[in-house]
Amino acid sequence: MSALVKLANVSKTYGDAVALCPTNLSVESGKTTVLIGPSGCGKSTLLRIIIRLIEPDCGSIEFDGKPVTPENINALRRRIGYVIQEGGLFPHLTARANVLLMARHIGKSEEETHNRLLELSELTRFSEDLLPRYPVELSGGQRQRVSLMRALMLSPELLLLDEPLGALDPLVRASLQKDLKEIFMGLGQTVIFVTHDLAEAIYFADKIVLMNEGRIVQKGSITDLRETPADPFVSEFINAQRGVSLQ
Amino acid sequence: MKLHFTSRSGGLQSAVGLRWLRSRRCLISALLFLPTACTFAAPVVIGSKKFTESYVLGEIAKRSLSDAGIPAEHRQGMGGTIILWEALRGGQIDAYPEYTGTIATEILRSDSTLSLNQIRNSLEKSGVGMTAPLGFNNTYALVMRRSEAQRLGIRTISDLQRYPALKFGLTHEFLERQDGWRPLRQRYGLPQQNIVGIDHALGYGALANGSIAVKDAYSTDAKIEQNDLLVLEDDLHFFPKYEAVFLFRSSTRADAIAALRRMEGTLDEKRMIRLNAEAERTKNYARAADLYSEGRDGALRRPDAAARRTYQNLDDSFWHKLARWTLRHLQLAGFSLLLAIIVGIPLGIVASRGGVVGHVILGFAGVVQTIPSLALLALLVPLPFFGISIRTAIAALFLYGLLPIVRNTATGLQDIPRSLRESAVALGLSPTARLWQVYLPIASRSILSGIKTSAVINIGTATLAALIGAGGLGEPIISGLNLNDHVTILEGAIPAAVLALLVQWCFDLLDRVLIPKGLRI
Repeated sequence: MSALVKLANVSKTYGDAVALCPTNLSVESGKTTVLIGPSGCGKSTLLRIIIRLIEPDCGSIEFDGKPVTPENINALRRRIGYVIQEGGLFPHLTARANVLLMARHIGKSEEETHNRLLELSELTRFSEDLLPRYPVELSGGQRQRVSLMRALMLSPELLLLDEPLGALDPLVRASLQKDLKEIFMGLGQTVIFVTHDLAEAIYFADKIVLMNEGRIVQKGSITDLRETPADPFVSEFINAQRGVSLQ
Repeated sequence: MKLHFTSRSGGLQSAVGLRWLRSRRCLISALLFLPTACTFAAPVVIGSKKFTESYVLGEIAKRSLSDAGIPAEHRQGMGGTIILWEALRGGQIDAYPEYTGTIATEILRSDSTLSLNQIRNSLEKSGVGMTAPLGFNNTYALVMRRSEAQRLGIRTISDLQRYPALKFGLTHEFLERQDGWRPLRQRYGLPQQNIVGIDHALGYGALANGSIAVKDAYSTDAKIEQNDLLVLEDDLHFFPKYEAVFLFRSSTRADAIAALRRMEGTLDEKRMIRLNAEAERTKNYARAADLYSEGRDGALRRPDAAARRTYQNLDDSFWHKLARWTLRHLQLAGFSLLLAIIVGIPLGIVASRGGVVGHVILGFAGVVQTIPSLALLALLVPLPFFGISIRTAIAALFLYGLLPIVRNTATGLQDIPRSLRESAVALGLSPTARLWQVYLPIASRSILSGIKTSAVINIGTATLAALIGAGGLGEPIISGLNLNDHVTILEGAIPAAVLALLVQWCFDLLDRVLIPKGLRI
């Protein structure tokens, strides 16, 4: 398996506060990599550095074998989908306009974008009838589906999800988890998924990356983490979450 | 009267508006083959300060020039001493009535003991000439209600020393003048502490209802008789002479100067008081100017056809005037608002990015807002491009309109949640597309409300444009204030308030069109 994204010695500090220690990470094509850890562990920072919402202090990032630079980042962003917890939908645009915004910006034909829109609404199980609605007229789960459609519109090679289900109630969350997993499998999508929920991580992950205090503690399958913890923190984290998820 | 009393508060009729109106009338007159002051030669422009006597003198001068066959126009009540003097030096006017005491102390910054010849020589250096005195001395005076003065036994200014509790209401100009309140108090050793600044015209009302006991006035003021006031004797001879003269640009055509000179020595105090009273009674300065001509010719000269037409002009129907004021008002407010939008939104966008530049922009706009509007007008008037014109009014309104637009644009953009900004960036939109397709639409409510605030402020502030002769609904307000005529004030104040409401209402409608539906649900 080739690495689609490669981070080498990437770090970020804010004044004295270390957000991310020098970090190396490879993200394999077609796999789902889950970044997990407690709040403030640097998992979101890492994700945002990949799409350059945060400029790293040092280190290098490669995407598809080429270094990411300020010059090519805007073009690369069009090959990356990004979904955040609150959806990040633009309130002044309808669901449809949100999804089509980027395709229109780069001048894709109406026919092509329309077909892609129908495809996506089927894929994400989002009713076409709801497309003319504004974000405020949609439920939390519906908004996340629109946000996912927007992220997938240009068929990105990489999908970044930053706690996309964190704000949803448990039932909606469960049904979206299932749909998302099917979508990723069906598309053979490369995904980096940030969550603090171990059950969710186990459900999605091909590879789990556990982080704490700005550094990666251990990478591997859930079995690796359980059976050969690299650090007492790993066991602590897994046991704490298991207690909650078993309730 | 030497008074420039109202230089700070007052203003006058819109010279520009009147001129525009007059030019249209001229056209009609010419078509009717009626000879009038309208010819192709540039007219001689007479200015006046914003109080009755100055209006009357200006009107008399205009009449004298017209009678001599010289085209003339009168810009009524342009402001106080500084504005008139700057306008004269800047060539926006050719002549205006002034008082020798004022020339010596306020213009030449000397003392009032200068002789006429010394004054004349000093003015020559500025390219300004002066007529001989017109015949009356309009000096400052302190006045009280006659009944109260008699009750207290006050006859002279020295008598005031015995009543330290008396409340004084003095014009702002008198309070500040080098020959005004402070030296007067020193000379007479006056003990009163309760001194308030009040507009000249409003001060008479305050005197009548007892809110003040003593006020400053000038010796030819028609209101002294009308209100049964007592002029306190200047027993220590403090007040200097304020003899009325005309100042004119030395380059003014010789026959015009000669016509002004013919007014020398023709107006004594009694006559001036009578003309002032007539002007205040009829609100018709042309009528007062007629009285002057009649008296001088020693015959009851029937107003000729041209003069009758003038009356018709002045008797212009109220609705016609209202339409003219409102139109001009909308021009002032609208044009300045448009400029403020064109300049303010880009500045707001830059300011929203913060940093030194952002702070400088917001700081500048904020500081402009703190300059009193009258002060801003006064600061702009001496600048070459501006002067006494509609340009100055628009520039001042534009500056006032900037802050709400800049600030609302900046905060509207800054208030966009980080998640939305980052989503726009992460999508790969170019910076321009982010701004136009995402940030500005999301901030549209805030930006529009800034524009609405500016519009309403401009409608209100535009009433001050009349102070520098730029017209609008401030014209009747300021004339009314000057004449102490509440009906005239309301003729301007009510339409201005209605206009502000209408503008607000229009913008509320505009919100529905311009703010994206998704932000209104």
